[in-house]
Amino acid sequence: MKFSGLRVLKEGLTGNVGWTPHWRDPEPKPEYDVLIIGGGGHGLSTAYYLAKNHGMTNVAVLEKGYIGGGNIGRNTTIVRANYFLPGNSEFYSHSLKLWEGLEEDLNYNVMHSQRGIINLFHSDGQRDAFVRRGNAMVNQGDDAILLDREGVRAHLPYLDFENTRFPIYGGLYHPRGGTARHDAVAWGYARGADMRGVDLLQNCEVTGIDIENGTVRGVQTTRGAIRAKKVGIVVAGRSSQVAAMAGMRLPIESHVLQAFVTEGLKPCIDHVVTFGMGHFYISQSDKGGLVFGGDLDFYASYASRGNLPTAEHVMEAGMTLMPMIGKAKLLRSWGGIMDMTPDGSPIIDKTDTEGLFIDCGWCYGGFKAVPASGYAFAHLMATGQLHETAAAFRLDRFRTGRGILDEEGTGSQHNLH
Amino acid sequence: MRLTCPICGARDRREFYYQGDAVALDRPAPGAGVQAWDDYVHLRDNPAGPRRELWHHEAGCGAWLVVERNTTTHEVHGVTLAMAVAEARR
Ligand SMILES: Cc1cc2nc3c(=O)[nH]c(=O)nc-3n(C[C@H](O)[C@H](O)[C@H](O)COP(=O)(O)OP(=O)(O)OC[C@H]3O[C@@H](n4cnc5c(N)ncnc54)[C@H](O)[C@@H]3O)c2cc1C
Ligand SMILES: [Zn+2]
Repeated sequence: MKFSGLRVLKEGLTGNVGWTPHWRDPEPKPEYDVLIIGGGGHGLSTAYYLAKNHGMTNVAVLEKGYIGGGNIGRNTTIVRANYFLPGNSEFYSHSLKLWEGLEEDLNYNVMHSQRGIINLFHSDGQRDAFVRRGNAMVNQGDDAILLDREGVRAHLPYLDFENTRFPIYGGLYHPRGGTARHDAVAWGYARGADMRGVDLLQNCEVTGIDIENGTVRGVQTTRGAIRAKKVGIVVAGRSSQVAAMAGMRLPIESHVLQAFVTEGLKPCIDHVVTFGMGHFYISQSDKGGLVFGGDLDFYASYASRGNLPTAEHVMEAGMTLMPMIGKAKLLRSWGGIMDMTPDGSPIIDKTDTEGLFIDCGWCYGGFKAVPASGYAFAHLMATGQLHETAAAFRLDRFRTGRGILDEEGTGSQHNLH
Repeated sequence: MRLTCPICGARDRREFYYQGDAVALDRPAPGAGVQAWDDYVHLRDNPAGPRRELWHHEAGCGAWLVVERNTTTHEVHGVTLAMAVAEARR
């Protein structure tokens, strides 16, 4: 089923009875060429690019719950390419370019909206750091504009510019940054993979990984054993548990990150605004809800919900920055499980087991990475070679100390990112 | 979430700083080798369930604490002074 303006018109006039399910609900086959464990954004994009770029269609995605039930359906949907370390920079730049062609590629409306991101700064030192970051972005071929105070005021007149503790000095404006509809990204990739022959197996939890003489042979699942030549682990917050099935310990600690949404309001916030000093960021969804969040709760958690101190902190920071939101009623809050690495950067690599690959460590920033991660991981699984845009995300960088990707410059240690 | 500090009693989570897995009490010898140090600094069991952690009563008595906590339910099963844990091992 192909989507088009004409089709929408026709269905609208004929009672919308012609729409069909986006993907099949197949029974597991006993064997596949490739198994992808985890049907989140990264697992689905990997399956899609395996089929599209490498012609590998005898592939199954094994999802313990339902498609879109993990972090892919829980994030605050920010898409940007404003990283500055070589290794990260080219990867996120590639991802943003894939985003820009994604809707046409998938024939699916993911509501990618390049509304621009403004990162605020509040001191001369912070301005210098943003100038440096902006230059790195421009050198990478992406866009960055340094705004002074009046420049910020022209875009965001509703901020409290006179705050005593954090007066607004300016902002780094990334016009191509923005948001996308998170569920639609999962559905679009799922549909694209399914159309090319990939089996999406839901309610199929992997409970064991079969390894013989150092080579992967398949997996055990709640829907039976499935054999395969290659297996990819792409389970975000659950990476440690699934890797343990293959006898691995990962440099990962799982943390909870919360997010919040208000009742729907008329359009009032046009951009994504980040207030790093206060640990607060916000955008407005197309339905009108103010979507905002802050930092981790900062303790290990698999609870998918956080505690009040972080919620209070985030609300206080929001009120400090933009008092106009104070009367909006909070509708919902939730949490997701973040696979935090010591340096805050991800892992896309082979493992010591032949045929077993891993893509994890996305921390709180893996939504924007969904296209490029799937692209690079599919390349690695199909060819055995690291993709040039993701060659720095090595699993052994912590042990060797070579190639640590500490974007924030806070140190490569658990609990610092 | 509240933690019961053995010195100060039950206190709000805001008073405490979370350090991480209680593996920090098992510092290897300087020459223990790359694997031992990788295990200590980076690699984690990261269990979904009961776990031993190090917390610091930063805004209270300043003691380091070993907290037994369930990462799935956030239940706290026990809080001990880290000093007592370390001394018991000597
Ligand atoms: C509140 C919040 C806000 C965020 N905001 C942003 C943002 O603004 N921008 C951004 O770039 N990123 C953001 N992120 C991060 C981003 O959502 C994640 O990094 C990313 O979604 C993780 O990859 P994924 O989509 O593949 O994960 P998931 O969707 O979690 O996919 C993993 C899947 O694996 C499945 N699974 C686990 N164990 C098994 C098993 N044993 N067998 C089978 N399947 C299994 C799970 O059910 C799950 O569906 C945010 C995250 C949260 C929680
Ligand atoms: Zn105390």
